[in-house]
Amino acid sequence: MTQTASASRARLSLRTQRWITLGSALGLLAIVLVLSLALGARGVEFSQIGQALFDPEAGNNDQLVIRELRLPRTIVGLLAGLSLGVAGAVMQGVARNPLADPGLLGVNAGASLAVVFAISVLSITNPTGYIWFAFAGAAGAAAIVYAIGSLGREGATPVKLVLAGTAVTAGITSVISLVLISDTDTLNTFRFWSVGSLASRDLEAVRLTIGFVVAGALLAIISGRMLNLVALGDDLARGLGQRVYVARAVAAGAIVLLCGSATALAGPIVFVGLVVPHIVRPFTGPDYRWIIAVSAVVGPSLLLIADIVGRLVVAPSELEAGLVVAVIGAPVMIALVRRVKLAGL
Amino acid sequence: MTAMRGAPVSASRASRVPLTARALRITIGLIVAAVALALVSIAVGAYTLTLPDLLATLFGGGTSSDQFIVFKLRLPRVLLAILVAIAFGLAGALFQSLLRNALASPDIIGISGGASVAAVLSLLVFGATGLIVSLSALVGALLVAFTIYLLSWRSGMNGMRFVLIGVGIAFMAQSVLGYLITRGDVRDAQQALVWMVGGLGGASWDDILIMAVSLAILVPAVAVLASKLRMLQLGDDLAAGLGVSVQRSRVALIVVAVALVAIATALVGPLAFVAFVSAPIARRLVRRGDLALVPSALVAIVLVLGADFVAQHLLTAGTQVPTGIVTGIVGAPYLLWLISTTNREGRAS
Repeated sequence: MTQTASASRARLSLRTQRWITLGSALGLLAIVLVLSLALGARGVEFSQIGQALFDPEAGNNDQLVIRELRLPRTIVGLLAGLSLGVAGAVMQGVARNPLADPGLLGVNAGASLAVVFAISVLSITNPTGYIWFAFAGAAGAAAIVYAIGSLGREGATPVKLVLAGTAVTAGITSVISLVLISDTDTLNTFRFWSVGSLASRDLEAVRLTIGFVVAGALLAIISGRMLNLVALGDDLARGLGQRVYVARAVAAGAIVLLCGSATALAGPIVFVGLVVPHIVRPFTGPDYRWIIAVSAVVGPSLLLIADIVGRLVVAPSELEAGLVVAVIGAPVMIALVRRVKLAGL
Repeated sequence: MTAMRGAPVSASRASRVPLTARALRITIGLIVAAVALALVSIAVGAYTLTLPDLLATLFGGGTSSDQFIVFKLRLPRVLLAILVAIAFGLAGALFQSLLRNALASPDIIGISGGASVAAVLSLLVFGATGLIVSLSALVGALLVAFTIYLLSWRSGMNGMRFVLIGVGIAFMAQSVLGYLITRGDVRDAQQALVWMVGGLGGASWDDILIMAVSLAILVPAVAVLASKLRMLQLGDDLAAGLGVSVQRSRVALIVVAVALVAIATALVGPLAFVAFVSAPIARRLVRRGDLALVPSALVAIVLVLGADFVAQHLLTAGTQVPTGIVTGIVGAPYLLWLISTTNREGRAS
């Protein structure tokens, strides 16, 4: 049985397999989007969803829940998941390191420090109020990491970027810990932001960040072909006419825009960016254009599934999506890692 | 490429890679720095001893109050700092070389995470203190390491598989920690945070004894295995061709590295940055694409002693600042400076 199945799969061309993968991923995402609108502590009829979105009936509480609570968090999850998935794929291509999380450029740490500042000094406590702080912190930290990683003769090599990113992250994290250990009030607000959540976000947050997500996605699409060449090694890529530093700069720009948006929207959600490319790669092969495209679809699916599970398991209370995502994603990743023959990157 | 030049022909010669003059100078410099930092740490405090008094006390003389300050209050902390630093520094260097990835430090592959989850659980849920927390952390770290090992074994041990599965477990541990920290009272969360950062505040002679005995067993094991590790770095096939039993050596190295991290973490908490940063700093200082195990351990000692001094005397945040916070603040800029000034990238694998 399995032998014939695998044999027939081998006969499919890689091209067909990629389209099937993308199609199935899109189908899954569509289902997840509908479920994200339908499921939660308050049960609603599926038929209410269409009506709530396109022809709302005044005074219908089910429809109010869908429009005011579930639609914003679903859109936030879609954007944040897409950003993290794509940024993760690009990051692993740039760093040529399968352990490279997009947070490694210091994005999450920088955003967290800025949010700690917003909470402790400016007493801001509303997630939408953190957006610009998160964004500015993310961009600032990434710029520092990239600048330090680029010093020296060979410019921004993967190893230098990774070390610089980890060092900056560690330094910033220490400063954050120092504040949190001495300031109980800040810790009490920050701890809820820091786990990453899609709850109580509004469409205003989406409106503020969507431009950055689109710009980052465009840069990521442009970087796909370059990353394929860079994956061959710097020397070979240069020989094929690719300016390596251009590839890295474009990719880094994409990562900052995407990760900064995701962190601004949902807090520092880890793991999605790391795991999604690993889930995707066995089905698409090593072509980064395909890895990026499919990651853009699988990322939001994973994040929204985590959010839905978080709404249901302890209803009427909730678990944050940022906490659930690793509990769901890690077993998938482990199972894949065990099945696949690891060729490295 | 320097690694190739130093590549050994036989196992017996491999253990004696010739020291370059630079490596020797760096090693001596690090030892001097470590001794100086240790003496300063013992001497300076609310009551500062002069150097002659300090030396006299250390060698059995001195007044009884001096003896109390040195042997009861300050020496345990310094000794424990040195011992755990050796463990973290060596373990970091072993993981990074063995798994051929600069990011493969014990915190990224879940071992520190496992220790933290178990320790925080025992602190917050069961209200444990002291030795019970340490034991929980030890059990947590070993359990995680064993789980990663079981899951990554598939007709042999693949380094990348081990790392990736470890990363998955690390993120799950982080989720559990996030849950524990967001649910309880904020003061409990703060207490958990202090443990997760790691500190030397509670150093006792018992801790020192435990760590010293562990090192007395594990350091010779590292010395024996180092030659095998050098050959494994050339690639599995080449190592096998040179007569190394690849699987057995790799498993033995992982066991030793895990034991080092688990015991040190149980005693003082994760001290996150030490294991990650010591080997890259040591290699960049020595400028040799070698394991640099001894320099890594020495860099770790200097880092932990320096960070602990800063934490005790230069930073005051109303409370006692845990050492683990300062290792990041002190270590990070130094690594960054090294990255930006070394032209030739040390082999960071």
